[in-house]
Amino acid sequence: MSIKIKPEELLKNVTYKPKFVNWMDVPVEFQKGTFNYAGSEDALIYLDQPNPRKWQPTDPDWKLPENWQEIILEGLRERLEKYRSLKIFMDICVRCGACADKCHFFLGSGDPKNMPVLRAELLRSVYRREFTTAGKIMGRMVGARELTFDVLREWFYYFYQCTQCRRCSVFCPYGIDTAEITFLTRDLMNLIGVNIDWIMTPVKNSYRTGNHLGVQPHGMKDSLEMAAADIEEITGIRVEIPINKKGAEFLFVTPSADYFGTPHYYTLMGYIMLFHEIGLDYTFSTYASEGGNFGSFVSHDLMKRLNHKIYAEAKRLKVKWILGGECGHMWRVIHQYMDTMNGPADFLEVPKSPITGTVFENAKSTKMVHICEFTADLIYHNKLKLDPSRNDHWHATFHDSCNPSRGMGLLEEPRYIIKNVMRKFTEMPDNTIREQTFCCGSGAGLGTEENFEMRMRGGFPRANAAKYVKDKYGVNICLCICAIDKANLPPLFDFWVPGLEVGGVHEMVGNALIMTGEKPREVDLRLNPLLKEEENQ
Amino acid sequence: MKIYDGWKIILGIVIGIAFFTMPIWLNLSSAQSKVKPKLVYPTDARQCIDDKDYMNHYHMDLLNYWRDSVVRLNMRYVVRNGVVLTHNGQKLEMSLTLTCLKCHSDKKNFCDQCHNYLQVKPYCWDCHVQPKEALK
Amino acid sequence: MGIQLSLLVTVVILLAGWVAGVLPFLKFIFGVILPYVALAVFAIGLIVRVLRWARSPVPFRITTTCGQEKSLPWIKQNKLDNPSSALGTLGRMALEVLFFRSLFRNTKASLKDDRLVYSVDKWLWFFSLAFHWSFLIIFLRHFRFFTEPIPFFVGFLQDIDGFFQVGLPIIYITDVAILVALTYLFLRRIFNAKVRIVSLPSDYFPLLLILGIAVTGVLMRYFLKTDLVAVKEFAVSILSFQPISNELLNKLSPLFMIHFTFVCTLLIYFPMSKLVHLGGIFMSPTRNLANNNRMKRHINPWNPVVAVHTYEEYEDEFREKMKAAGIPVEKEE
Repeated sequence: MSIKIKPEELLKNVTYKPKFVNWMDVPVEFQKGTFNYAGSEDALIYLDQPNPRKWQPTDPDWKLPENWQEIILEGLRERLEKYRSLKIFMDICVRCGACADKCHFFLGSGDPKNMPVLRAELLRSVYRREFTTAGKIMGRMVGARELTFDVLREWFYYFYQCTQCRRCSVFCPYGIDTAEITFLTRDLMNLIGVNIDWIMTPVKNSYRTGNHLGVQPHGMKDSLEMAAADIEEITGIRVEIPINKKGAEFLFVTPSADYFGTPHYYTLMGYIMLFHEIGLDYTFSTYASEGGNFGSFVSHDLMKRLNHKIYAEAKRLKVKWILGGECGHMWRVIHQYMDTMNGPADFLEVPKSPITGTVFENAKSTKMVHICEFTADLIYHNKLKLDPSRNDHWHATFHDSCNPSRGMGLLEEPRYIIKNVMRKFTEMPDNTIREQTFCCGSGAGLGTEENFEMRMRGGFPRANAAKYVKDKYGVNICLCICAIDKANLPPLFDFWVPGLEVGGVHEMVGNALIMTGEKPREVDLRLNPLLKEEENQ
Repeated sequence: MKIYDGWKIILGIVIGIAFFTMPIWLNLSSAQSKVKPKLVYPTDARQCIDDKDYMNHYHMDLLNYWRDSVVRLNMRYVVRNGVVLTHNGQKLEMSLTLTCLKCHSDKKNFCDQCHNYLQVKPYCWDCHVQPKEALK
Repeated sequence: MGIQLSLLVTVVILLAGWVAGVLPFLKFIFGVILPYVALAVFAIGLIVRVLRWARSPVPFRITTTCGQEKSLPWIKQNKLDNPSSALGTLGRMALEVLFFRSLFRNTKASLKDDRLVYSVDKWLWFFSLAFHWSFLIIFLRHFRFFTEPIPFFVGFLQDIDGFFQVGLPIIYITDVAILVALTYLFLRRIFNAKVRIVSLPSDYFPLLLILGIAVTGVLMRYFLKTDLVAVKEFAVSILSFQPISNELLNKLSPLFMIHFTFVCTLLIYFPMSKLVHLGGIFMSPTRNLANNNRMKRHINPWNPVVAVHTYEEYEDEFREKMKAAGIPVEKEE
């Protein structure tokens, strides 16, 4: 994006005391930089999704089917019968407003329709009109309104200004989960072909090639070979990287950005070095080469169609269990959906670390373990030789990713690893980490260039907390365990906190790991020179 | 109609409804619910200090006022419109024992009837001697 | 608009109650028919509402985890904010229902010189808790009017509630608390800009209605006394299905009739409003499920069959490239 906005301008008109109006009278405006482009025609055709066509949200005519209202209302009726969550969340909100200033998009934009309660009301108002007696009779008096084209435009704008991070759900006295409401509303809009390209195209790619970027098998192999070459250059050790290997002990699934993205790639090197050093019998897969699941941003069906590959590939390769890399929403899908959708995984065994003998009881049904659980167990049992001083040029903080923290509870494992592989670590303020962590502002499919302004607004609370520890304690790297974070925090920090780097936990593991027969390390995985003994004093 | 998590939800409904309708079950299971307070009025006296309605609703305020007047202000007699009230030629004292209980001597069949019926525990008897028991 | 409308409706109900207290023939309708209608609507309405929720399954276990998961044995799990057992979940629900655990986390965000700062904000938690507990205790204290004999807990609650022994009749802490809390909650809706913009008539109305109940109740207890023996006879008769005489109805004061009409309105309004959060909180899937997802498979009763892209289809498309790159394949051709 060529238009350069400045941080101070972005906050100029932000207020948390919205002017009193009837929000139903405020029309939505598609401002440049605050919305995403529409889903491409061929992605929809490939995935056999409704109403593929060329259109953009700024068009006056969205080329909707004749009876689009009927389709959506019928879809809503069906979903109310399928999801108790939706029915309850529609009925019991008391509009106490506890969620209002918990949303990063509200905090960054001051737009009242970004308060989770009001975001939900966008759907709830239509629900009232169609499914409650009072709403049918009294209409606007009781907060009910008809589903019009303007309402649909509003839905598109604001339900694609939610990253399904679930922070509001932590504070809600009834646990109302806006992620669920956003998810199902996006699903409803998808019924008439209203969706965004940065979700639909990755879903198509992932469906076809196994990963979001559409990387074909030989391309993936090239990339892994390159990582092996880089590792050799840094450590002097040649590592083997098994691909599609039948009969390996476990299948390793990671977000595909790890193969190509920066700084993801350094984390990939970290995994490979670790696996090599402890001599694991594992395999990558080109078919299930993606742990991330963009289907989980728009529809349960698409989520299931993509997620299917992981168990299917584990079965084909006859592995015993599955290990998963650093990724956020991938882990929400694996932890909360995979077993239900595509299980039971009765062809696998309960995961057991071949090195420590630890049986991962907490994964005994799904049979998939998080790499941080796996590595923390290794470190706890002293199975790794580590030299934390090799990370002395870094002073780290840790950004909890939304999904592992609020959809899983993976909080201590990464911290335990970090504290063992490096010596300088400082937490961000309490109400911005762990279950109260702030989203990077670009999750759930919103990380596009055209949506740049909104992403910077949404990421403001996270950047603000990171700036605090950078300025006060000299933190120079923010670690995280999510591929979307690794993609989006760098531009976010460039904008709000220039000079703060972003990295993965296993990148730090790779730096600190003393490998058998390695040459003396002079650089870290990024080829930055290591601090010398005396510099360190 | 298919219900999911059936037994948990039915149990919840039963507990909830049982809680809110508890008064009905308590009343229906006890014959006492038909019993109403029966007040025995004095037969030898005709007139109270004020009309029946006022005494019924506000006697506690009156007694409280009397207590304050006597104990704190040392005003002993009932004054109305600047004149001390008399009864049978004697000045009326602001006194539970000497005035009220003189006529309403049957505490059990007078005071206690409503007080027990409505679970009111006046602290009159923290200091005052209870009439019936005292006579025994 | 919302406030005016709710205020209007509340005043209409007040007037209706007052008229019923003055006009004998209305007393029968408001005093005998209305309460039974209200009780029936309340009970049946709530049951229907809960069953309507129950009719929809919980396809996925979408617990919102608010603490450390159960993983490795040496990592301390947060058993209440991220329970993995039924007992832990029960504990989490108890904290939520009895002490509003989630609301307790509340913070307030503000912008200071382009910096985002958070301050502790427990007022909403404090006054909501005060309101709900006061309401419960007042309801239970009212059993002295509802039943004969009076259950044991009434005396106990009265003693605790009147602990300070101030005033005559003794002022109950919950009477003061409910008035203050309701006032706070009402004023908050008006003066907190964020809350005002989302507030609907259906948010103001229950507050005004309950405020009406509380104010008339307090008036009757402390200032404009009513014939309580008649009130109790009336209440017990209704709650044990005994006939009610006109003579008894005539002993009920207009103020009591207002109080009573408000209560009946609340019972009728309850099941068709947001007040059903009373039942809903127990059924919220982000709170009432254990986070044991990877330990125990959750079943989705309507788990759909979806189109998938099989490995065979994938290999068919990329076989030549895979072979050229030295990646093992299933079929050579």
